[in-house]
Amino acid sequence: MAENLIKPENLVYKKTSVMTDKVMHYCPGCGHGTAHRILAEVIDEMGIQNETIGVAPVGCSVLAYNYFDVDMTEAAHGRAPAVATGIRRVFPEKYVFTYQGDGDLAAIGTAETIHACNRGENILIVFINNGIYGMTGGQMAPTTLEGMKSSTSPRGRDIKTMGNPLKITELVAQLPGSYFVTRQSVHTPGSVRKAKRAIKKAMEYQKLNKGTCLVEIVSNCNSGWKMTPVQANKWMEENMFPFFPLGDIKVPQE
Amino acid sequence: MKELRLMKGNEALAEAAIRAGADAYFGYPITPQSEVIEYLMAENPAERTGMVVLQAESELAAINMVYGAAGCGKKAMTSSSSPGISLKMEGISYIAGAELPCLIVNVVRGGPGLGTIQPSQSDYFQAVKGGGHGDYKLIVLAPATVQETVDYVKLGFDLAFKYRNPVMILSDGIIGQMMEKVELFEQQARSTEEPEWATVGKKPGRDHVIVTSLQLQSEEQEKVNLRLQAKYREIEKNEVRYETIMTEDAEYLFVAFGSAARITRKAMEMARAKGIKVGLLRPQTLFPYPYEAINKLADQVKGILTVEMNAGQMVEDVRLAVNGKVKVEHFGRFGGMIPNPDEILNALEQKIIGG
Amino acid sequence: MTEEIIIAGFGGQGVLSMGQILCYSGVMQGKEVSWMPSYGPEMRGGTANCTAIISDNSISSPVLNAFDTAIVLNQPSMDKFEDSVKPGGLLIYEHNGMTRKPRRKDINVWAIGAYDESLKMNNVKVFNMIVLGGFLKIKPIIEMGNVIKGLEKVLPERYHHLIPLNEEAINRGMSIISQENKV
Repeated sequence: MAENLIKPENLVYKKTSVMTDKVMHYCPGCGHGTAHRILAEVIDEMGIQNETIGVAPVGCSVLAYNYFDVDMTEAAHGRAPAVATGIRRVFPEKYVFTYQGDGDLAAIGTAETIHACNRGENILIVFINNGIYGMTGGQMAPTTLEGMKSSTSPRGRDIKTMGNPLKITELVAQLPGSYFVTRQSVHTPGSVRKAKRAIKKAMEYQKLNKGTCLVEIVSNCNSGWKMTPVQANKWMEENMFPFFPLGDIKVPQE
Repeated sequence: MKELRLMKGNEALAEAAIRAGADAYFGYPITPQSEVIEYLMAENPAERTGMVVLQAESELAAINMVYGAAGCGKKAMTSSSSPGISLKMEGISYIAGAELPCLIVNVVRGGPGLGTIQPSQSDYFQAVKGGGHGDYKLIVLAPATVQETVDYVKLGFDLAFKYRNPVMILSDGIIGQMMEKVELFEQQARSTEEPEWATVGKKPGRDHVIVTSLQLQSEEQEKVNLRLQAKYREIEKNEVRYETIMTEDAEYLFVAFGSAARITRKAMEMARAKGIKVGLLRPQTLFPYPYEAINKLADQVKGILTVEMNAGQMVEDVRLAVNGKVKVEHFGRFGGMIPNPDEILNALEQKIIGG
Repeated sequence: MTEEIIIAGFGGQGVLSMGQILCYSGVMQGKEVSWMPSYGPEMRGGTANCTAIISDNSISSPVLNAFDTAIVLNQPSMDKFEDSVKPGGLLIYEHNGMTRKPRRKDINVWAIGAYDESLKMNNVKVFNMIVLGGFLKIKPIIEMGNVIKGLEKVLPERYHHLIPLNEEAINRGMSIISQENKV
């Protein structure tokens, strides 16, 4: 009975060919897989697989280059926007993206982020913000919320001694070099569709050479947060979204 | 017909980069090498050849821009001076690990720390031992004249692409700032080749290209290390370059590189005028190092003096080469002080001949 | 022939460009040359100097501690370089602004009033060319024709109309320099 249904005309979804068949190393429940997928789908739908070069960060998504079936460079921690600058400057006709986490983009790579955006490099920065260093085992990130526990803020982030969580996306939106800046999530079917539309817009804007596009995706880290995936998504809605509100922050003045 | 000009070392280097068909230069100002990026900006090579020139926000960013462009198969370069080179070491290690070609210029000033802006050779260890983290080597070219600076830009790019390895030109404040006659080679076209290892956009029918220095499996990382080591042995076999002056009848030998070799040459001329039979060996490549040539000369001479603008760095390689056959001593001035020929001759007489 | 020269003075006196013009002129005459400036913050308002070497043979060291000729244009430069002149060598100094005369008796000393002369020409910018003229009078190592060619190389094209003025300054320097000590 069931095998009769498995026919091409009955397919409602299939993996985009811009993703490789490598098994992902991400934890079950993590948002990275979904974020990867929608970015790959955009590349697929735009038909730009042969013209796209990606830059992977250091962090959980360090191996992103194994999953995207596009040419990719693995950058040093925080330096992805500089690497992407080098690529886009010698290939001004190609599509270039970076995929970076919060530690990479908003701590060690703050200078590279701000200056690439301030120069208005025509690249897309996909910024995954889960408020924690996932790969190294749940340390405090620049985006860790006040009072939020991590392995280096075991009694919760004390802003008096540890500083404030950094809204780098709002900061980037202030820069004249940034063109389209938005904050999205991928924790519900509806939010996934919205995030994908944002990424597609940002990718398309690259051809206009009008400046840097940054798409932040507020995501969960159920392992680092020590929660189940469902708990983590709920906690994210209740705690992360009030501080990092979703929506467009800077939209092009058409 | 080649073009003869009187140029500063740093400016000649920049002009040579344009003429060598460089695709991109990324840099950050620091004394005594800022003329490189100033000259490039003034020349506007985007118009001349399409070369990209960008002033980055830091040396870190600049070397990582080089990494990105080099990964695209492009002739990319950067230049800096000692403190800036320390900052670039992260990126240089990644570039060496990912086996990408690029050209890095260090117009050395004295250190440690912020040190002095005056000329020095105190980055010898950093340059020839790798400099950053991990088991790697740069090909290191040591020009002693403005002309060699120009020639090494071309040679440097050639070697970088031949071995897919970063190449460093180890200049210093003297060679960077001085003006000399220079013969410029003719403009070379920028390459349109797309190497198979470069991220140029995935071509139909081939796997996607990944430029990385990451290997999470130890077995894989060891394979990378072995491959790198085999490459370095190949470079040692093929690329040793040095110059000998008046070594045929030499009873003593100076070993010096870069600007120190020029001052030492003057000391050698003074010694010869006094009847001291001393010659000079000047390594032009610091990695690979002319161990064999020095070893052979150690059979002939009674003693060797290295002259360096540092506290004694290359002397270690000379001692390795000589392997105890004869006495090897070091004479150096540092901190931006430049040895004068008199004190070099005096050191030869005190430390080697009389010692 | 090898002539090893140090030229020193205040930043803004045209010390560095004088050395460059001399070297470029040397190139025009088929000589080997090298020019090495002092560099760094000391140039801004402070003292500046350059070493210019002109030779029939290839030049070994571009930096020296003894010179055939020292051209000193302010007191700190005289204090610093008077002792660096080789015995029997040449010291040329601009007497304007000096608080003392050179002490050495084992070298040839010539004085030049280039600053006053430049005022007479209503153009202090030719100061260094007047000094250069004085030097070339005593050591005619470069022909005038090649100096003009050197100027053409060093000066941007938009200043080429000033070359006759520079030539006049060089000639004036040749006529006003005077000897103070002879060995």
